Amino acid sequence: MSIKTYDAGVKDYALTYWTPDYVPLDSDLLACFKVTPQADVPREEAAAAVAAESSTGTWTTVWSDLLTDLDYYKGRAYRIEDVPGDRESFYAFVAYPIDLFEEGSIVNVLTSLVGNVFGFKAVRALRLEDIRFPLHYVKTCGGPPNGIQVERDRLDKYGRPFLGATVKPKLGLSAKNYGRAVYEMLRGGLDFTKDDENVNSQPFMRWQNRFEFVMEAVRKAQEETGERKGHYLNVTAPTCEEMFKRAEFAKELGAPIIMHDFLTGGFTANTSLANWCRDNGMLLHIHRAMHAVIDRNPKHGIHFRVLAKCLRLSGGDHLHTGTVVGKLEGDRQSTLGFVDALRESFVPEDRSRGLFFDQDWGGMPGVMAVASGGIHVWHIPALVSIFGDDSVLQFGGGTQGHPWGNAAGAAANRVATEACVKARNEGVEVEKNAREILTEAARHSPELASAMETWKEIKFEFDVVDKLDAA
Amino acid sequence: MSNASTMGDHATIGRYETFSYLPPLSRDEVMEQILYILDNGWNASLEHEHPSRSFEYYWPMWKMPFFGEQDPNVILAEIESCRRSYPDHHVRLVGYDTYAQSKGHAFLVYRAA
Repeated sequence: MSIKTYDAGVKDYALTYWTPDYVPLDSDLLACFKVTPQADVPREEAAAAVAAESSTGTWTTVWSDLLTDLDYYKGRAYRIEDVPGDRESFYAFVAYPIDLFEEGSIVNVLTSLVGNVFGFKAVRALRLEDIRFPLHYVKTCGGPPNGIQVERDRLDKYGRPFLGATVKPKLGLSAKNYGRAVYEMLRGGLDFTKDDENVNSQPFMRWQNRFEFVMEAVRKAQEETGERKGHYLNVTAPTCEEMFKRAEFAKELGAPIIMHDFLTGGFTANTSLANWCRDNGMLLHIHRAMHAVIDRNPKHGIHFRVLAKCLRLSGGDHLHTGTVVGKLEGDRQSTLGFVDALRESFVPEDRSRGLFFDQDWGGMPGVMAVASGGIHVWHIPALVSIFGDDSVLQFGGGTQGHPWGNAAGAAANRVATEACVKARNEGVEVEKNAREILTEAARHSPELASAMETWKEIKFEFDVVDKLDAA
Repeated sequence: MSNASTMGDHATIGRYETFSYLPPLSRDEVMEQILYILDNGWNASLEHEHPSRSFEYYWPMWKMPFFGEQDPNVILAEIESCRRSYPDHHVRLVGYDTYAQSKGHAFLVYRAA
């Protein structure tokens, strides 16, 4: 027998949605928001408002609230914490019952958690820092179509990072010249080449023409080197129908891997494509154009670790993570945190890496971390130390900018990587002994010696904008 | 003016994945890699194949994986006897990682002429 009566009007959110005594269930989806409230709004009220607006609440009481059991469906703000070194913001922890979300739908989770609430007036700024997906929910998602181990087995490559490169110039090459650049890099020693994300099907190079020439390059390089090779054929397209048409043609040509941009393409397209890849034995490389729009501001938006977790659930075998050392933004500890979230089966809470929750992935396969952007041979010792074996190190300019061309550039990167892996396995501290390792390796490789001379320790040392919160 | 005269040429040759861009490993260097495999808790194993079929996934195993073998000298000796038995075959050292259900390491320890 219900004892509630209808009482029209506006109530404080905190009365309903601030529940500091609540103990989250194992099946709850947990979220941590960084909230910057308006000046006169108390923390509890702002936290409760976020919980309400991202779940069952609206600004006023409505009579039909009484037709359901809102206590079962509501999100609950259950904890508030200071943000180290920041007095105007605080962390709000919110627990959502699992039945608020459609099974296997990252789209649905994000529509709730980062929907209207982000424009809500009571908060000046809002950032989704982390999500704990309960294992119950993880099990409803398809995840990576193949995963790290299946990829290694297919490509027959073990005990080292993979090497790749994006074809440059990124726009304007004809398909046949483009295929030439691919062939030269693969025969020189790279495992993969990549379409630039901007390359879809423009007038200078239509997709069908590109796919054919590129696969001829892959086939020939594979035959000549005796090693398995691939090129990420970008199937990102204006419509899902067109995307699948391109994926089917890639399969027909025997391509081992295709590529998609998960944020500009969208999670619906991405999840469908991942499902297609799982059914068709196709590896799926994921690029992340638009991520910095969403994740770079430390006060507002979504942290990349959340986007990375969402991608693992939606499906992808590779994901770009930044390089830490190259031309693009990335804090080392924070990057290590979401690289773990991509690859490991259980990732414990670790605030020093920006991880706010334990995350159990069960048997879901892992995603390869891709380090790409402004890196070259001198960065390899650091990259091998930071990213380990289950990664793809991608050198675009760092391969094609070699004074002797693509094949020599590729060989230089391969020699340097293998030398670092060998030294690491021998127990050598690779980053500390970078110069000695590379110099020794270059004695047997004029390609590497020339690359080392060309890029004499160029580093990109700007301060990062999005740092981990610390006092 | 072209700078072709100062430029090197990279010739394509047959490769064998990990470490095939480095000079052949010495006995001591192979020993270090065996220790790396054992230190990771992996099981060392050997496989061999004629160069004409080296692109194929499955190479015949030499005996069985050396389950539980902790003495690197035993593994080094097995590499030697595999090589003597199949002098015209490549020999590959593998570290089986049971946790990943895959190979944690694999590289050529003997390259047939």
